This record gives sequence, structure tokens and C-alpha cells, in this order.
Amino acid sequence: MEIPKSFLGYKRENGRAGTRNHVIILPVDDISNACAEAVANNIKGTIALPHSYGRLQFGADLELHFRTMIGTGSNPNVAAVIVIGIEPKWTKRIVDGIAKTGKPVEGFHIERTGDIGTVMKASKTAQEFVMWASEKQREECPISDLWISVKCGESDTTSGLASNPTVGNLMDKLEPLGVHLCFGETSELTGAEKVCATRGATKEASDKFMKTWSAYNDFILKEATDDLSESQPTAGNIAGGLTTIEEKAFGNFQKIGDCKFIDVLEPAEEPKKGKGLYFMDTSSAAAECVTLQAAAGFNIHLFPTGQGNIVGNPIEPVVKLTANPLTVKSMGEHIDCDVSKILSREMNLSEAGDKLIETTLRVANGRLTCAEALGHKEFVMTKLYRSA
Amino acid sequence: MATDIIIHDKKDNVGVVVIEKITPKQDCKCWIMEDDSSTDIQSMDEIPLGHKIAMTDLKEGDTILKYGHDIGKVVKSIKKGEHVHVHNVKTKKW
Repeated sequence: MEIPKSFLGYKRENGRAGTRNHVIILPVDDISNACAEAVANNIKGTIALPHSYGRLQFGADLELHFRTMIGTGSNPNVAAVIVIGIEPKWTKRIVDGIAKTGKPVEGFHIERTGDIGTVMKASKTAQEFVMWASEKQREECPISDLWISVKCGESDTTSGLASNPTVGNLMDKLEPLGVHLCFGETSELTGAEKVCATRGATKEASDKFMKTWSAYNDFILKEATDDLSESQPTAGNIAGGLTTIEEKAFGNFQKIGDCKFIDVLEPAEEPKKGKGLYFMDTSSAAAECVTLQAAAGFNIHLFPTGQGNIVGNPIEPVVKLTANPLTVKSMGEHIDCDVSKILSREMNLSEAGDKLIETTLRVANGRLTCAEALGHKEFVMTKLYRSA
Repeated sequence: MATDIIIHDKKDNVGVVVIEKITPKQDCKCWIMEDDSSTDIQSMDEIPLGHKIAMTDLKEGDTILKYGHDIGKVVKSIKKGEHVHVHNVKTKKW
């Protein structure tokens, strides 16, 4: 298949391109969710992104909070942002961070005004923003403007056999075209960590990966009451034919094809070394992982599933694929790309990769994903430790 | 072309059943993904979808290769065509 050289995206002020054109109402903290949701209810076409944190965090945990907030607002799938927080200082810090992209952003704080006054003021600005954004047109953008993140979930043996290698095939075909790519799931590389480390493009990248994985493994060994031998693989994985954690990890690892990663990112950290594949230190929980990847600037997500994970994200479209024929049959409304014919040899991996590229580009051009049509907007902050 | 078993890599000593199940003495068609080649095997056990079959005789202490990589060790000898799972293979990780 000849891979299209372009897609139709929204060009942003900072040179990036979006696959979506959202106007978001971003609460700084948990107690500002009500205001943000009221504004989104007032002004049609905006989305509120409620979440559970943002008060009394400190140190690396607070830095991750700001990085996730600023990164989410800065994502090219977002046209304009209203930020609402309880206090002026942290609200301003997030506004200033997002403003560096050049997109419209305005902050409102609730103290000394109350919810009702804040909702009124923020709604007026949100209306201006959404009407301004509604005139934005999709334009031809080079395929290298795609930043593709990947993460698998509800995996079974069909994931490692077919749907994860399909993503790997897409990576092998798109990486030479200059796209940015990102995989994560530190925990679920256990068993394949040494092989994964050899996929570092430089010694520095390999060493950084091993350091990241070891820190995670030390944490697990410290906190676990026993070990992971009864959790990884799970009873469900074993019933599905997965025997060991190594087997599960190598299945997961198929998603990167033959690509090498050029850097290891902190959670929600924006890649800075140009085109190519990055590893991000993330949880293996779906919504947390996708939220972090979206905050790092990725504008389209590929999600292979076995048994049928249903996750979505408010700003980054999540494209689901599966090779499990039962999942296609019983949960078809969640599946954007069916590659189950790999198992019956009616489709080879390269054909599946082409089919996924085609689906990905249709979604990049504006086709809604199943998760978008079904209203999945899971926005879940990663928290590193207890608040003060 | 229909297949009963898929093998990831030429080096692998196990394959994965991709039909509902295979039965004892069944002559199975295997497809090797790495180079799109084919091979055959006769099963010894009933093995369900997603579970693994030994492509060769394996003795205690041998390494199971899948995806061309080490995914665990044999803890009870396995004959070619037998079911490979938690009863005869364990992780090397913990």
C-alpha cells in the first residue's frame, strides 16, 4: 500500500497540528470541577475535564500535576483553553504555561468571587473561544505532524499474536516518514526489560530505560506483600493461555515493531529529540497512561485489546483494534479496526498494518472513534505519592 | 489459508492454537509468522484456543522460546505435541 503523505488537521500557532479542535475547560484542582462543568454546560461545544487532585501536592508529585495540566492545554488537539482554579497563583502558572503555545487561554480564580460570578465570567470568554475555534478549517498537514501514542489493555493471547504486532507493523511503516511515536507501561515490560533495553537507539537511552524500570521494580518489591507471581499474569491471563510474566511482557513489547527508542520520558514529559520512538515511564492502567501521553503532546492513540477494553480520552482520539473474533462479535461498538482475520490467515500482518494505517488516517482526518461516539472521556491524573 | 497453530518466530519451540481447540492425534497446520512459512505437527493433547503446543521434545531445565525470546523454564519434561502451560513451565523471574 502506498502510504498517504498527508492528513487533514488543524494547524496551530506553534507549528504543531491537531486531529481535533477542542475548546476545553480545565479545572486546576478538585474543588473547581463544579465551576468547570457549569461553564461547559452553558457553552455548547466545550468540554470540561474534571479530575480528583491539585490541592496540597508537593515536590515531584506537584510538578507532575502542573506538567499534566499544562501539557493537556498545550496539546494541538486543543484550540483554546479556559483554566479555572480556586487560587490565582497556581491558576496563573498553568495559564502562562499553556500561553507559550500561542493559543487563546484565559484563567479564572474562584476566591473572592464565588462559583456563580466565576461561571458567568468564564462562560463569556468560553463562548468567544468556541465561536472563534468553530471557524478553524482542516488543512493538509504532512503525515509527520502525527504524534502517535500506543498502549494495550485487557490483553489476551490474541494481543501478542496479532493486534500488538499490527501496531508494530504500523510503527515500522510510519517511523521512516518522520512521525513521533510513544509507548509506555513500565510495569508490563517486566521479563522483557533486558531485551527492551537493547532497543535503545543510544547507550544513554538504554541506560535510562533500565534505571526507570529498576526503580519501578524496586518499588514493587518494597510494597508487595508477596511478589507479583499471582498477579502477573492474572488468573484470567492464565485461562487465556498466558503462562508467565515474560510471555505477557513480550506480547506487550510487539507494539514497537523493529523500532528503536531515542529517549526515555518522565510521565507527561514532552519529547524534545525530534521524530522517532520514545518510551514514557507510565502506569499500565489505561486511562492514566493515555492521559499522560496526551499531556506530552500526542495527538492520536492506538489501543490494541484482547478481551475488550473500552477506554477513551477527552482530547486524544483512541483508536481500538482487536484480533479476538469473540470481542469483535460481542463488543463490536468499541472496535475501530478488526484484525481477527490474522488468526485465520485470511489477512497477513502487513495487510493488517495497512488497514490500521488507513483507520488511523481516517480518524486523524476527523472520523469519530468508537470511544468518542460512545462518550468515553476518561481523564485520570497520575499521582506519585500522598498529599501534604 | 486456514491454520490451526501460529508460531511467532522460527526459533520458537512452542506454537499457539488459534482455532477453538485441537484434539489428540490431530494433524495440525502451523504458520510461522516471521517468514510466512508453514509446517505440520500432530497433537498429543486437547489444547484450547490461545494455549501453547510443544513443537519439539523438551526436558526439565530447557528454556521456552516464544517471540524468539526466553519466556520461562521447563519444570516437567514435555513431549512434542503436548500442551505447554503452568503445569510444566514456570517463570524465571520470581
